[in-house]
Amino acid sequence: MMKDNTIGARLWRTAIWLFVGFFVLNLFGMIAAVVTSSFATRWLGTWLPAGWTTRWYFAAWSEFQLDDILIVTFQVVFAVVALAGLLGVPAAYALARREFPGKRLVMLLIVLPLLVPPITFGIPLATVLYRANLAGGMSGVILANLVPTVPFVILVMVPFIEQIDPRVEAAARVFGAGTFRLFIHILLPLLIPGVLAALLLVLVRTIAMFELTFLTSGPTSQTLVVALYYAVFAAGVRAVQSVDAMAVIYMVSTLIWLLVALRFVNPAQIVTRAKQQTAN
Amino acid sequence: MAIAATNFRELRLDRLSRDFGTVNALRDVTITVKRGEFICLLGPSGCGKSTALNCIAGLLPATAGSIWLDDKRIDNLRPEQRGFGMVFQNYALFPHLTARRNVGFGLLMRGVPKAQAEARIDEAIRLVRLGEQENKLPGQMSGGQQQRVAIARAIVVEPPLVLMDEPLSNLDAKLRLEMRAEIRRIHDEIGAATIYVTHDQDEALSLADRIVVMREGTVRQIGTPRELYAAPAHLDVAEFMGFRNRLSGKVTAVAGDRVTVAVGPTTVTGAAHQPIAIGAAAIVAVRPEDMTPAPASTQSFAATVTASEYRGRDFYGLARTADGAEIAFRADNAIATGTPIHLSAAEARVLVFAGAA
Amino acid sequence: MATEAIARPPAFERIPLGQRLAANGLDAVTALCLPAALFIIALFIYPFFYGLFLSFEPKKGDWLANYQRFFSDSFFYGTIATTLWLALPVTIINLVVAVPVALQVRHMRWQRVLTTILVLPITLGTVLVAEGMLNYLGPQGWFNRVLMTLHLVSEPVKLVHNYWGVMLSLVITGFPFTFLLILSYVTGIDAVLEQAAATLGANARRRFWHVLLPLLMPGLAITFCLSFVQAFSVFPSAVLLGAPAGPTRVISIAAYQAAFEEYDYSMASAVAMVMAFVQLAIVVAVLGVRGLFYRGPAAGAKG
Repeated sequence: MMKDNTIGARLWRTAIWLFVGFFVLNLFGMIAAVVTSSFATRWLGTWLPAGWTTRWYFAAWSEFQLDDILIVTFQVVFAVVALAGLLGVPAAYALARREFPGKRLVMLLIVLPLLVPPITFGIPLATVLYRANLAGGMSGVILANLVPTVPFVILVMVPFIEQIDPRVEAAARVFGAGTFRLFIHILLPLLIPGVLAALLLVLVRTIAMFELTFLTSGPTSQTLVVALYYAVFAAGVRAVQSVDAMAVIYMVSTLIWLLVALRFVNPAQIVTRAKQQTAN
Repeated sequence: MAIAATNFRELRLDRLSRDFGTVNALRDVTITVKRGEFICLLGPSGCGKSTALNCIAGLLPATAGSIWLDDKRIDNLRPEQRGFGMVFQNYALFPHLTARRNVGFGLLMRGVPKAQAEARIDEAIRLVRLGEQENKLPGQMSGGQQQRVAIARAIVVEPPLVLMDEPLSNLDAKLRLEMRAEIRRIHDEIGAATIYVTHDQDEALSLADRIVVMREGTVRQIGTPRELYAAPAHLDVAEFMGFRNRLSGKVTAVAGDRVTVAVGPTTVTGAAHQPIAIGAAAIVAVRPEDMTPAPASTQSFAATVTASEYRGRDFYGLARTADGAEIAFRADNAIATGTPIHLSAAEARVLVFAGAA
Repeated sequence: MATEAIARPPAFERIPLGQRLAANGLDAVTALCLPAALFIIALFIYPFFYGLFLSFEPKKGDWLANYQRFFSDSFFYGTIATTLWLALPVTIINLVVAVPVALQVRHMRWQRVLTTILVLPITLGTVLVAEGMLNYLGPQGWFNRVLMTLHLVSEPVKLVHNYWGVMLSLVITGFPFTFLLILSYVTGIDAVLEQAAATLGANARRRFWHVLLPLLMPGLAITFCLSFVQAFSVFPSAVLLGAPAGPTRVISIAAYQAAFEEYDYSMASAVAMVMAFVQLAIVVAVLGVRGLFYRGPAAGAKG
């Protein structure tokens, strides 16, 4: 590529890299501070803690009843993933394969929940769910989390399905496959990579979805991120290391799935899917 | 106001090289281009012709060698400091600017006073015969119109040198012929030097004053279209100039540049442009259209027809000799597959190169 | 031509309804999008209108009482300014910094490593970032220790439980979001356009102002909207890292308190509607300005 090597251009490049380096350094510093604190015996007014221990993890586990919370979290997350896939993938197939009157309206309907921030639509949604006696329990949390994830699955899957040549399906029909066998032998194998990627992204987003879960959950339906919020909110009640140990557990449970997801998708996809649709 | 190229004598590439990692995309390329000349860089894809053009434009730094414009060394200048005009393969028109503002872009960058710029833009638009399209965005124009805008944009700054990178490759066949003539006319009118990259030998033969044939990053031959067509100096160049039949044999007699070669039981005589000794391995090269049915003799190849197809005015066929060599030939009449046949070419149409196939 | 006319069915009306619908793209396959569409209508569109109507049925007073209360009590209407004062500077800073960084990163071989790192704060979410920053930016944290070791400050800078804490957390999560969006727009601009501008005599700065920026404008407008809407709905970090009773009492806190501390869902809905309206107003304004710019594809017009 054209490279400009005047002093001004070099200074400019250096400044940009310094900024990026500074940003990444602080990001890692912040994460490292949480991890360090969670293993610290006592850490006050020094660069590093006085000693190291793993006892805060055991403390956090019993204090915050993390076994219950983790079970609830994964029940919620897997229910959301399964339902989002069941609702989203067929809809994406229809939108990718058919032109019909009102399609633009349906697309708008699908894009909106991704554009409006959760806290904005979460409050009326929580109100409706409370009036319907659905909030406070697991079903309310799952329903609320489906509102942004179903559109997300659709927006990831539509371009994926569009790039599968419809002539493949036509060929299968010509060779005598009925709808059911077409689905089992042709569509399913072709769709699986895309579905897997979309659902992994849903999984990561749902673990980290704070606002909707926070607004709709009750004492028995808190996910890990909501429990972490309450723990940080009530700082001083528990030892800070204990809260940090919980934060590390949350971080690990998110990052494992992120790492798995990154094997299938480009990291930028976590952010940029919604935009490509709205840009038109 | 007429658009005329900035004056200069010559552009010199001196042992220009470009590596990509361990790959030599360009090796020791030395070319001199004179003012007013139309030079074609010809070769198959990956031969380094586009790399050479990008090095001249400054879009790609050379890894060794130098580029000179008269007495000024320019290979260390950035593209915007070189002042050349360039027409890109996909035109690279700015999609957010109208045709007119695309053409005026280079003048705006040079700070040409508005009145003068407007006059030159008008002239460039007239020169490329763009007509009424000037206020359209590129997205609203056809390929041929975009092509005209791209050329106008490159020449309006009156560059000493216009660089063109396969500018016709995106047009359909009819438009390609039309624009080919246009490009040559515009070149003659402004008097700049043009370096034109193409992989199409017809285009190069019809456009160029001189052709530079490239292969594997090196220059194989430089010459006028006539020289290259009649007397390719290298087997690669011959192949590019349509010498599809290449038959291996041994030299049996040499008389000046007339060389006789034994190819199996057949003896063929032709011209060799490099010294070659009796007994040496040689390759005989003949164009299919020069290879025609002939009476049986020691100077014709005995073969069996394996395929033949109608090409409008005449027939083209493939035949196989007893040794298994395949010969492409031309015939006036249809010949059925399996027919035994004898083929020969006139002496003046045969080239002999040293070496084995 | 003639055979086609003969092959056409004699009377259009006799075609079964199913076939006629299918000809317009309405068949069993199209129906597959019904469950998802109905779901979104039931749980997104309906609650929104439910909230809108509920906001006009206040606990006491006439139908506009909630909005009268909102716009007469600075405890409520002040939250709009507070939130804007956070969201607008953050969005502008993120956007202005992300553009040059994205332009520099687009040709980089390490792009994927950097994007992966930047996805981290987005994935981890605002709650974790808040907890990390309480420690890292706190008076005893590493950040202040480094500043003091370098003798840049003589006593710790207060960066948490105030405006700056929320601001920085919005940068930590918002910058990567803005950057990744802009990077995808920047990589959509054909590099050959910049080369063309260079051969026409434009230096790096003028290539930016005359070619890159105009082509980037539509993307920047969308990015601004998405980033702004995110920042405007800041909630957990405003509570955890800010001063939720005062300087960072943002509008979402007011809505949350009305709903879950006063149990006044009608008032909460009214606040949510005001929040949605402000977001919408800014988005419409920005997209309106975008209409003034070129909006077509940013690649070469052909090929």
